[in-house]
Amino acid sequence: MPQPAFIEIKNLSVGYTSRSDKSILVLRDVNLSITRGDSVGLVGESGSGKSTLALAAMGYFKRGLHVISGQIHFDGIDMLNIERNALQRLRGGRLALIPQNSGQSLTPNLRIGQQITEALRLHSNIPATDFHAGVIDLLSQVRLPDPVGLTDRYPHELSGGQQQRVAIAMALASNPEALLLDEPTTGLDVTTQAHIMELLRDLAKDRNLAMLYVSHDLGAIARVCNKVMVLYAGETVLTGSANQVLLSPRHPYAHGLLASIPRLNEASLPQALDGRPPMPSETITGCAFADRCKLADQTCRSSPPPLDHLESGETVRCFHHYQIGQLNRKPQKSAKSNPIATCKNSALSLSNLSVSYSQPGLFSKLFRSQDIPPSTVERITIDIKKGETLGLVGESGSGKSTILKTIAGMVPAQSGNIILNQTEPLDTMVEKRPAAYLRQVQIIFQNPDDSLNPRHTVAQILAQPLRLYYGLSGTPLRDRSIAILEQVRLGEHYLERLPSQLSGGEKQRVAIARAFAADPEIILCDEVTSALDVSVQAAVLDLLDALKRQDGTTYIFVSHDLAVVKAISDRVAVLYQGRICEIGPVAAVYSAPFHPYTDALIGAVLEPDPDVAPRLTADDVVELSPPKTGCQFQRRCPRKLGSICEINIPPAQEVAPGHIIHCHIPQGDL
Amino acid sequence: MTLSSASYQQEKGRLVPVMKDILARPSGRIGLTLVFLHILLALLSPSIAPYDYKLQNSALMLSPPSTEHWLGADHLGRDILSRTLMGGREALLVTGIATPLAVMWGGFIGILFGLVGGRVDEVLMRVVDAFLSLPWILKMLVLIVTFGTGIGVLIPTLTFFYGIPVIRVARAATHDIIARDFVWAAKARGHSRISIIWRELLPNVLDTLMVEGAMRWSWMLLAFSSLSFLGFGVSPPTPDWGLMISDARGFMSFAPWGVIAPVIGLSTLIIGINLSADALAKALGIDRAQKAPM
Amino acid sequence: MLFMLIRRVLLGGVTVCIVSLIIFSGVEMLPGDACTQFLGEYQADDELLAQCRKDLDLNRPAIDRFAEWTQGAVSGDLGLAADGKTKISTIVGDRLKNSLLLAFCAMSLGIPLALLLGVISGLWRDRLPDIIASTLAIFAMTIPEFVSATLLILVLSIWLGWLPGIVLTSAAAPSSEFFPEILLPVIVLSFVMCAHIMRMVRSSVIDVMASDYIQMATLKGVPYWQMVFRHALPNALLPAINVVALTIAWLLGGVVVIEVVFNYPGLGRLMIDSISDRNLPVVQSIALIVASIYVCVNLAADLLTMIANPKLRTMYMRKQ
Repeated sequence: MPQPAFIEIKNLSVGYTSRSDKSILVLRDVNLSITRGDSVGLVGESGSGKSTLALAAMGYFKRGLHVISGQIHFDGIDMLNIERNALQRLRGGRLALIPQNSGQSLTPNLRIGQQITEALRLHSNIPATDFHAGVIDLLSQVRLPDPVGLTDRYPHELSGGQQQRVAIAMALASNPEALLLDEPTTGLDVTTQAHIMELLRDLAKDRNLAMLYVSHDLGAIARVCNKVMVLYAGETVLTGSANQVLLSPRHPYAHGLLASIPRLNEASLPQALDGRPPMPSETITGCAFADRCKLADQTCRSSPPPLDHLESGETVRCFHHYQIGQLNRKPQKSAKSNPIATCKNSALSLSNLSVSYSQPGLFSKLFRSQDIPPSTVERITIDIKKGETLGLVGESGSGKSTILKTIAGMVPAQSGNIILNQTEPLDTMVEKRPAAYLRQVQIIFQNPDDSLNPRHTVAQILAQPLRLYYGLSGTPLRDRSIAILEQVRLGEHYLERLPSQLSGGEKQRVAIARAFAADPEIILCDEVTSALDVSVQAAVLDLLDALKRQDGTTYIFVSHDLAVVKAISDRVAVLYQGRICEIGPVAAVYSAPFHPYTDALIGAVLEPDPDVAPRLTADDVVELSPPKTGCQFQRRCPRKLGSICEINIPPAQEVAPGHIIHCHIPQGDL
Repeated sequence: MTLSSASYQQEKGRLVPVMKDILARPSGRIGLTLVFLHILLALLSPSIAPYDYKLQNSALMLSPPSTEHWLGADHLGRDILSRTLMGGREALLVTGIATPLAVMWGGFIGILFGLVGGRVDEVLMRVVDAFLSLPWILKMLVLIVTFGTGIGVLIPTLTFFYGIPVIRVARAATHDIIARDFVWAAKARGHSRISIIWRELLPNVLDTLMVEGAMRWSWMLLAFSSLSFLGFGVSPPTPDWGLMISDARGFMSFAPWGVIAPVIGLSTLIIGINLSADALAKALGIDRAQKAPM
Repeated sequence: MLFMLIRRVLLGGVTVCIVSLIIFSGVEMLPGDACTQFLGEYQADDELLAQCRKDLDLNRPAIDRFAEWTQGAVSGDLGLAADGKTKISTIVGDRLKNSLLLAFCAMSLGIPLALLLGVISGLWRDRLPDIIASTLAIFAMTIPEFVSATLLILVLSIWLGWLPGIVLTSAAAPSSEFFPEILLPVIVLSFVMCAHIMRMVRSSVIDVMASDYIQMATLKGVPYWQMVFRHALPNALLPAINVVALTIAWLLGGVVVIEVVFNYPGLGRLMIDSISDRNLPVVQSIALIVASIYVCVNLAADLLTMIANPKLRTMYMRKQ
């Protein structure tokens, strides 16, 4: 018995007018209906139009966008022809939004209490005298500690997770009937994200809400949604129940997207989805996905596929959806090369490394000489073998990037040694290192927008290491540049382009090419895939792995994403507050026995599988600096033993060959 | 993002696309046309001016526009059209030399100290602040009164004082750029300091300096004509708009044409420069409204 | 917070010290000294010069005289003018008062107007009110003050005869006597200062209106004007503080050209007269006063920004 739709979007097309007066479509003929109690996940890569669709449900379009055709109804109310006052009452009232990036969505000059009070004043019947109590009640509903104190705080004084909870509290103020969520957990730490997802899940269940959840993260979708819609280039390509879409996707794009997600329970690299989605301005004659599709044939390129309604209740926009079984879900990738066994020589060894950012100023030297904060990074001892990939994993503030910067000579070490190739010390800052050492250590940054000079063409970018280290110029320089570009799977015609003319994935490939141009021993990868879409991420990981196998390069791979680290690394070190919790071969670290922190991290990972629930062990409190004494994890540890954890540095326990856990808990109990 | 693939190939230098972008904007088209016309006029005016600019004719004193003297004559009976046509030569010459010099020395010092940083930089910024806290007219007049009013004094004076605010701008731009990852990447590769400044820093700071230069030019013109107006600029009988306005002001109630012609000359030039600077800033992606006036 | 405050004030003090050093050494480096200038007209012989230098105490080392000068300046005694008789503080006092009057009038007209126009053109971006205001602003910013002043005199005073075109009141007259003569210079000054502030406010309003939190406020159902006043303007007007300060400093620093055009007896005209007369002690004093005003106003703006911006305020007040 189908319920009447609560939010109903019919044949919606949205577009903008380009500089050359062309009408460019961002959404094409999209249908969406959500009933009470439903939570629909809206999936797609950046530029797919998913945020535009979600905001359209509130009758809101960003500056420049306008409706070309279609209808939007909320509980029977026409959202496109509604008078302003009524719209204002609906927005934030019966229909509330939880925005992406709450840090920027909360007004900076208003206190938390004021902002939630405003929502209460606009959308609830409670008397003004009860506002304060109402605010505190809402803040405790979203499980924020110390709600009374929070009301006086400004948004910037809160951590990302807290800001997100405040945004949720604000949305709940009006007791809404429908909730729109626009990437609400993007940019948050794993444990924080998992906690917020659980909160949202409970809310949806308790209040019988209609929910529209926009995300690129299929793990999050799997956790809260019962239906999923996949958008590609502004078109619906697949809808169905969460189980149908996430477990047996009937569209090649959804299939590829799911295959490109690295998973904790798989040892191999995810399968890359090559190519990139078309720009809204490009004209598409056939299927928008045809260029990237393995099933595509002549029909796909010449005529647009219709949206098929299947008996199972799914809808698919594909001529070949019945052939989907031909796409191998789990291709047998050759197992990762295992250099630990083959190579014993150390490429880089860190011994007792510590780094401190705080340089006491004149005032603190004079007045508070005792109050020296503990070092940001401490007691890091790792020996990295030639050809090995070491993953450094941890949440924000874990010191993983600091360690990379210290190795690269961009941050001075406070104490300890860094030794390259067993004999060559890297104990100075980059300016004083000999050229031969510099060539051997290259770094790739997180954000290629920032790491490529916007004024240089790709040719100039690649020429820099080649000139510097090999003195190439003229034709040999050009030939070598082309060869390197081909290694990162970019053609010769990219040489004359500027970074602003490349997509995110292409930029990162150029950055990788630049690092490999030096033919280094070690490449430091600092969150190199975090700024990229999942499908692009898979391609970059695949490229890094292929290059490594070809050149025998050693990687130190920093990431906050446990699944990515698992996919690419041979050995993993888990860091918390600049100290190592656990280190060992990848298979060992990702299975018991665990350090309590590793356990909390792995438990919090959201798998793109509706049947897998996360385990939440530790709180998602954000700590700003490590404790002065004892174990770094003492304040959040769910298995804290007592004062021993506060006073003594935890011992290194070798639970298996090469697998070391720093914890006071006896080996057998871990 | 919206560039078609054909235009990738043409993207060699940046000058061409930036120029195209400027000309695509109405402000850029009008501004550049005005500036170009003024420069052309400054070059050609000695040969196209109908009369000798210093020829005095007491019979014509303050005469209104007529068929012989289209814009009338001033209080000494000199032809206003000829004087207006030639009235921008001195201003363009002096500011045209002093602006690039000011941007160069200010830019050089600003980048240098932005890179050096630390105590030296702190002290320098105090000195820059101190200079900026003095009214420009006082600083310049003291020098001009002492050393005279010729081009030989005006150019170095303007160059010196207008370079000081450039220091600040160049230093701030340098600080922004050196914090970015591509500079770190170059450092980590081990490029020399010079190479980093030349390849990584300069191309990016240069945009800011170009816009800064265009703005300095218009402000310098303002300063130059103000000095002339106050009687400290060019010396008579050289025609100059500021001086002409100052001279004609006294007779404004019965001979307003003496004021209006040089006002139009001066205003069109300065508006032209400003519009071009605006278009340049937008083409380079630098918002000009955020800049504080100095 | 207190540390920050003290630090800012100290830095301002350092700047003023450097300024006085620049002023003093600048004057020292000029060819000739007070005596050659004072006696210049008489083709002074060496003996007369020597006598004069002895009288004016110029034979002592420059450092001693600098110390004495600064000490005097701190205690409000600016010394004697070049003629060796008149006290500088009397000459400067009246002029400073007149300049303050002019600046105050221009500020009270110009700043509210600029903020209003900036907000309006920011909110109605690219529509008629914005196009008109922005075009006018470009004219106001680019046309030299003496040009707009001259044109206004021509139109409002000579042709229409509405306002007096020139100030005839003497420097020492009480403030009330400057009306209505002061109106025309006030109009010109507000016009010029308005333009800079307006453009700044406009672009800041546009930035804020495009921000995520304004989108959020809209989608929270906050009515438009409530959103503008509660969510947008407090954030959009913050960056305007510094521009307003710079403009005020410029106003107080003697608007030479305007004062000359309108014959207004303020600091600016005193400055230009003193420079022409080579009355260097007076020039030094004016320079010091103007520079101190500049530093103070900027300091006040920095502190105000710190208080008005919750981010900065909490940074110094709450130490967690």
